[in-house]
Amino acid sequence: MTDPIVLAEGLHKSFGDTHALRGLDLSVPRGTVCGVLGPNGAGKTTAVRILATLSDPDSGRASIAGYDVVRQAGRVRERIGLAGQSAAVDEKLTGRANLRMFGRLCHLSRREAHGRADELLERFGLAAAADRRVAGYSGGMRRRLDLITCLIQRPEVLFLDEPTTGLDPRSRTEIWDAVRALVADGTTVLLTTQHLDEADRLADDIAVVDHGRVIATGAPDELKAAVGDGLDVVLESPAELRPAATVLHALAGTDPTMTGADRLTVPLPGGAFRLVDIVRELDRAGVAAADVRLRRPTLDEVFLRLTDAKESAR
Amino acid sequence: MTTAIPAPTTVTPIAGRLRWTIRDGLTLVARELARLKAEPGQIVAALIFPVVMVVLFGYVFGSAIQVPAGGDYREYLMPGLFAMVCFTAVQGVMTRMAADASQGVMDRFRSMPTARLAVPFGQTGADSLVGLPLLAIMVATGLLVGWQPHRGAAATSEAFLLIVLLRYALGWLGVHLGLLVKDDQMAAQLVPLFLPVTMLSNAFVPTGGMPAWLRFVTDWNPVSALTAALRDLFGNPGARPAHPAWPMAHPVTAVLLWSAALLVVFVPLSMRAYARSGR
Repeated sequence: MTDPIVLAEGLHKSFGDTHALRGLDLSVPRGTVCGVLGPNGAGKTTAVRILATLSDPDSGRASIAGYDVVRQAGRVRERIGLAGQSAAVDEKLTGRANLRMFGRLCHLSRREAHGRADELLERFGLAAAADRRVAGYSGGMRRRLDLITCLIQRPEVLFLDEPTTGLDPRSRTEIWDAVRALVADGTTVLLTTQHLDEADRLADDIAVVDHGRVIATGAPDELKAAVGDGLDVVLESPAELRPAATVLHALAGTDPTMTGADRLTVPLPGGAFRLVDIVRELDRAGVAAADVRLRRPTLDEVFLRLTDAKESAR
Repeated sequence: MTTAIPAPTTVTPIAGRLRWTIRDGLTLVARELARLKAEPGQIVAALIFPVVMVVLFGYVFGSAIQVPAGGDYREYLMPGLFAMVCFTAVQGVMTRMAADASQGVMDRFRSMPTARLAVPFGQTGADSLVGLPLLAIMVATGLLVGWQPHRGAAATSEAFLLIVLLRYALGWLGVHLGLLVKDDQMAAQLVPLFLPVTMLSNAFVPTGGMPAWLRFVTDWNPVSALTAALRDLFGNPGARPAHPAWPMAHPVTAVLLWSAALLVVFVPLSMRAYARSGR
């Protein structure tokens, strides 16, 4: 087993009274995609900035491919690519000129920089727009250019900080496809996201971050199984609420929440719950349901349950 | 408390590092020039500005202002305009640095193997290059309205070298301000404040009639030092006021000292701010 390519141990970082990181640990094996999942303000961006040498931790240490991000920042910078939350490209220049410039600034020779720019534009579907100025690009094209700009020096580790925030669904799919293509090349990817869905689609492992700490790690299926699905029930009439709540409580082991005059939601514990069984139970209790739906838990629910679990474990 | 202090352990020979700094700096100079090429309108606006200044101040003010020791007002004015345009380096470089900082481009540079010094060097270098055609336009406009250097090639060259030197040094003040502001909209709001600073000088009017406190400010303003030095070296009227303050008595030395002081203070400060911004 090789050492993890991204390693963070006990990272602390404060900005004044705000404790962005409170002992964050992270370990990403080479060639995998790690999804760092958390709400706004959980410390995701701070962690990425430290790993990408833009910021120093107050305490703790981190390394990329064995190089310390503080003491050997130069070595680290030769091995990483960073795409932040905004498309950090020069709007006044063309896509091609941007790539060539960043290639030169990564110390490629002129020929390499030009060749690599052409190759990446072609591969990620920007060849047709390559000689247009970035100011005229769509949001999705900009992000894609931003993403391939990070690839110019063939990084071993790619940091993507909320790569699809603010994008429409189609552009989001394009970014996802691009990330999958990178992973196929063997690049290690660390991506932060607020969307369980995104982490689910891309990540081999997910680290759930809250208040500057990793509160759970695991493969997407493990986490989902641990958290379980959500069950939404819409009733024929508000009068059905009480009997329905009793049935749901018996199934889930917790009290359902009212989300409307005639609707209830309850998290189901991990494991096999089949829709037909639930419907049958409701039916047996004489509850007339207009709609019964099982769905993947939302990020809020994952958090609530993971943080609840942590609270009760104390 | 911070225990992690960045100390480069990657031993790069100084010569190698210097080579990358120059190469990366040139790449970034090329970037600035390519940006200008993409916006011809901006170049035209930048080039028209000095022409407008010459015509506006030369003919509007010139119709009412008497030069103390006699002489043509437009001859008196041109050195002041050279100095004023020289000072636009501060706002130009500040705006560019702030834009890169706010759009995340600076973070990208800082996460790449790009030489640390290259970004500010690229910005100040590009500004100096852009300053040359501006200077040429001003000279041409000046000649058209009746200004000319009177003291021969050596003194004239010295005058232009002073402009280029001070402009470069002022660019570093712009780098530092841009890194402090870090926000392009904020930078844009600061730009109008530069005009009064350049007006608090001998560029447009003699300072002899100003109240003592104001005269103290204007005499020690580097704009005044450059203006006085240029009047001296071009042989234009109004070179020496009566009972001058030290910078007005030794304007060339004053400009050299100002340039050195700006570089000595703001190169290291900017480097530090660049390396640590966002940490």
